[in-house]
Amino acid sequence: MLYIKCPYCGLRAQKEFSYGGDATVKRPNINEEVSSEDWDNFVYMRKSPRGKHIELWQHIAGCRQWIKVQRDTATHEIFQTAKVTEEIR
Amino acid sequence: MSQPFRLNKVGLINRNKKISFTFNGKKLFGYEGDTIASALIANGIHLVGRSFKYHRPRGFFGAGVEEPNAKLQVEFNGHSEPNVNATEMELVEGLSATSQNCWPSVNFDIGAINNFLKMFFPAGFYYKTFMWPKSFWYKIYEPFIRKAAGLGVASIEKDKERYEHKFEYCDLLVTGSGPSGLASAYAAAKNGAKVILAEDKPRFGGTLLTDDVSIDNLSGKDWAEKIITELKSMPNVTVKNRSQVFGYYDHNMLVMFERVSDHLEKKSKFTPRQRLWYIRAKETILSTGSIERPIVFGNNDTPGIFLSAAAKEYMKVYGVLVGKKPLIFTNNDSAYETALEFKKNNVEPIILDTREEHSSELIDEAKSKGIDIRFSHGVIVANGYKKVKSAKIGKLNKDKNSFEKIETVDCDCICVSGFWTPSVHLASQSGNKLKYEEKIDAFIPDKKKQHETSVGAANGSFTLEESLKHGFENGSNLSAKIKETKTEISIPNVNEKKYGAHDKFWCMPLPKNENPKRFVDFQNDVSVSDIEIALREGYRSIEHVKRYTTLGMATDQGRTSNLNGLQLVSNIENKIVPEVGHTTFRPPFTPITIGTIVGREVGMEYMPTRKTPMHEWHEKNNAVFVDAGAWKRPRYYKQGNETLFEASKREAKNVRENVGICDVTTLGKIDIKGPDAAEFLNRVYTNAWMKLPVGKARYGLMLREDGIVMDDGTTTRISENHYHMTTTTAQAANVLSHLEYYLQIVWPELNVNVVSTTEQWAGAAIAGPKSRDMLSKLYPDLEVSNEALPFMGYKEAEFFGVPSRIFRISFSGELAYEINIKSDHGLFMWEKMMEVGKEFGNQPYGTEALSTLRIEMGHVAGPELDGRTIPSDVSLNGLVSKKKDFIGKNSLGREAFNVESRQKIVGLIPIDRKSSIPEGSHIVQDQNAKLPNPKLGHVSSSCWSVENNNPFSLAIMKDGKNMIGKKFFAVSPLKNKSIEVEVISSHYVDPEGKRVRS
Repeated sequence: MLYIKCPYCGLRAQKEFSYGGDATVKRPNINEEVSSEDWDNFVYMRKSPRGKHIELWQHIAGCRQWIKVQRDTATHEIFQTAKVTEEIR
Repeated sequence: MSQPFRLNKVGLINRNKKISFTFNGKKLFGYEGDTIASALIANGIHLVGRSFKYHRPRGFFGAGVEEPNAKLQVEFNGHSEPNVNATEMELVEGLSATSQNCWPSVNFDIGAINNFLKMFFPAGFYYKTFMWPKSFWYKIYEPFIRKAAGLGVASIEKDKERYEHKFEYCDLLVTGSGPSGLASAYAAAKNGAKVILAEDKPRFGGTLLTDDVSIDNLSGKDWAEKIITELKSMPNVTVKNRSQVFGYYDHNMLVMFERVSDHLEKKSKFTPRQRLWYIRAKETILSTGSIERPIVFGNNDTPGIFLSAAAKEYMKVYGVLVGKKPLIFTNNDSAYETALEFKKNNVEPIILDTREEHSSELIDEAKSKGIDIRFSHGVIVANGYKKVKSAKIGKLNKDKNSFEKIETVDCDCICVSGFWTPSVHLASQSGNKLKYEEKIDAFIPDKKKQHETSVGAANGSFTLEESLKHGFENGSNLSAKIKETKTEISIPNVNEKKYGAHDKFWCMPLPKNENPKRFVDFQNDVSVSDIEIALREGYRSIEHVKRYTTLGMATDQGRTSNLNGLQLVSNIENKIVPEVGHTTFRPPFTPITIGTIVGREVGMEYMPTRKTPMHEWHEKNNAVFVDAGAWKRPRYYKQGNETLFEASKREAKNVRENVGICDVTTLGKIDIKGPDAAEFLNRVYTNAWMKLPVGKARYGLMLREDGIVMDDGTTTRISENHYHMTTTTAQAANVLSHLEYYLQIVWPELNVNVVSTTEQWAGAAIAGPKSRDMLSKLYPDLEVSNEALPFMGYKEAEFFGVPSRIFRISFSGELAYEINIKSDHGLFMWEKMMEVGKEFGNQPYGTEALSTLRIEMGHVAGPELDGRTIPSDVSLNGLVSKKKDFIGKNSLGREAFNVESRQKIVGLIPIDRKSSIPEGSHIVQDQNAKLPNPKLGHVSSSCWSVENNNPFSLAIMKDGKNMIGKKFFAVSPLKNKSIEVEVISSHYVDPEGKRVRS
């Protein structure tokens, strides 16, 4: 079970969180034209890297904040966590 | 009642307390502190089981977790448990143990015929044999194999015991209380660190209990006792015996299995039987010690053959002799200690040492005590079937591939030592890639991936001096880093015997013209020849050899067999062991009970039960409940002998004709506040929200970004910047997370707050043509006319003095209202409604009637919004705004979403107007077509239409409304039904929606 440092609550067990996918995906702006290629990339295309991955988690059984976690998908090592408004490196 | 193999005065058992137990029906006794194994051996009993494949007689081999054979079915404290390790299970009064995997008895086992047919049971036997004919598998082979396989019998009784889970955090977790573990724990404790020390056995001290050593002029045992006593007195230290740390998981989380009360005769009702500890440790010391490995020889599985250290432990801890005429067969010095212990107890051992004649402290001592030592000797084959009677021994030639001077010596036990294997299981589980240490022919931990440090024998240090030094140093340094203080501790003086070098010898050659089985893995019955066959057949990877032969699998995890197996493969392959590599060690290190894994999460505690404030009333009024997630909802209210079908029909009919009330508390409710709330809703829902006036509700549809419908519900504008959103019961949590996602990540500039208020409001729907009359009685001071409170209107008013919210919304398709009141008053509201509604023929209705009402109205719900449908699939494209952008809008233009033949919602009625159509049925053109029969759609929801008094279903079907009027078959292979159906509109009742507006 992972040990995730919520930027608001501190180190908490994985069972308090739910996973939310790639955090680097940016939704096209609302009310703006978007090409179907860009849209499809946003909706469907995700990288599945072995190694470092910046991803979203939500502290659902805690402060309910969505957070960013930089994790190694192979070893589960967590390098950094941040608020969603903050950048990871 | 004499115990022929019990020594006088020796051992750590409590001779003042006798414990009686039975083994295979025979009454026996032992002492407090005995294991089942030590008590049986004291009684001269060695034959305890039959082997897995060949049903060969098997006895004890070890004295602890390393035991591969002695797994018993044990009944105690009123329950029966299979595969209990006899060398670990402590004796309790009244315990009854029986042998497994034998029939009719362990003494005469019919399955042993496999042993004489063993040439027909080579490696991969099952893979090769039961391939043909194919049809035999299910009816003949599989049931037979199933019957023959497995060991004990799991109880089918409900487990009445209590199991617990515990979460714990510490600075340092020490796994094992041998010398290095004690030293580590002690040094860390002195630095003020929070320490947990876990010991698998009942007694602390590990090898200190059995080795002839002294520390600071105290015997090993006394020193261990002194340290443990001090640790127990320290507030920052938790000391746990009977506790096995069995798994090493991510981020330094270790899991420990504590046997809390299996050894107790009496315990309180609330004492758990066993406890699972989840321990998050900042640092972990792995002081798990080492396990002696056997030397392989002919019939080396005969009862009476022991690991030499186990024989010593039986003498020193339990005061039990494993035999009175021992042969000690070794390639190293440690077995000499066993020999000396026998000698001390007036038993004359013979030592067979594979090494050439040489000298060392221990050899010299054995010589001086007059022990018969035969160098360059080994056991070729053990004789005896159910117990070893003699052994054929021989002198090894220089190359150690043949022998001379073969003779037979009488013996009643053989104690074997092939040197020591560090227990690296936890280190390996933590991600540590092990390295091969040539000096000890075994793997030790290498570079660490997590915060673990192996010390002592687990790290390949086999001297006490080194183990203590490493223990103190690592315990001190690791805790000093955490606590930022360091207390100096002087490392104690040690007195131990110096061991000479061991012999890299692990397997005796076969005698000429004889072919006895030489077992590598006792538990899985894997012999040298099995591994040879696997390699001959082309298996090269050690992982493949493992799976093909079952070497190192199951509960044993290769504890005694792993390295000998690797040696064999490397010898045949002409590689060195590190090139062969090792197989993966998996948790749990030792078996743990299912009860412990489950903990308290059984029965009603399996998951939380959510009850509405009206639950008590429902119960009193014969509600039959259905699970909706964690919620309990009334499915129907049973009157007399009514069936579900009859009751739901009655309830639904009453709504259509009079009025009914339904508990809708479980609907998800989200309070939305903020100046940008309207803009937010406008982006979240597919329809327009900017112009919704205060005091009005609107039905809304929410999509995922891929265009699929996520949820639907009504949202009401309570005041300028305040909205009340409802979601379906099932999607409540997901919708809240979804909203939070967009507010926190995508549009943080929107000034909006969302919070779940599901638990804060109790809700009741009042539905039916008489609902307005009933409402006016409930709110005598309120104007409730169609003009004052129109469809989708909203009002706040006092419900008999309690503030409440009235929404004119409808799921049933009838004129209907939903009243929300603070949860505390939910029951009051419900009872008042029942009282006031009497004159209008009001009846409560459950989810089954609710479904009927919505299905015949063509209102979609979960079965239609199944994660595959877009708005136009379910006739909701009218709710999709063309003017504005919203979540998922860009996906709706996808080509596949816009093809004419796309599956869309329709209604179905059976041609005979009688046969109910099973949900999940497939719609096909020709019911007799050859398989695979092309599927045109599926039946999503079915009901008995109370309006038209015949079955009606909703279906998602190719070409949708274009199919109306055509006939098809709805086939359900599951229910073995095929029903001819006609396609009609999905709006079966009141298609214009007049009633809701009446």
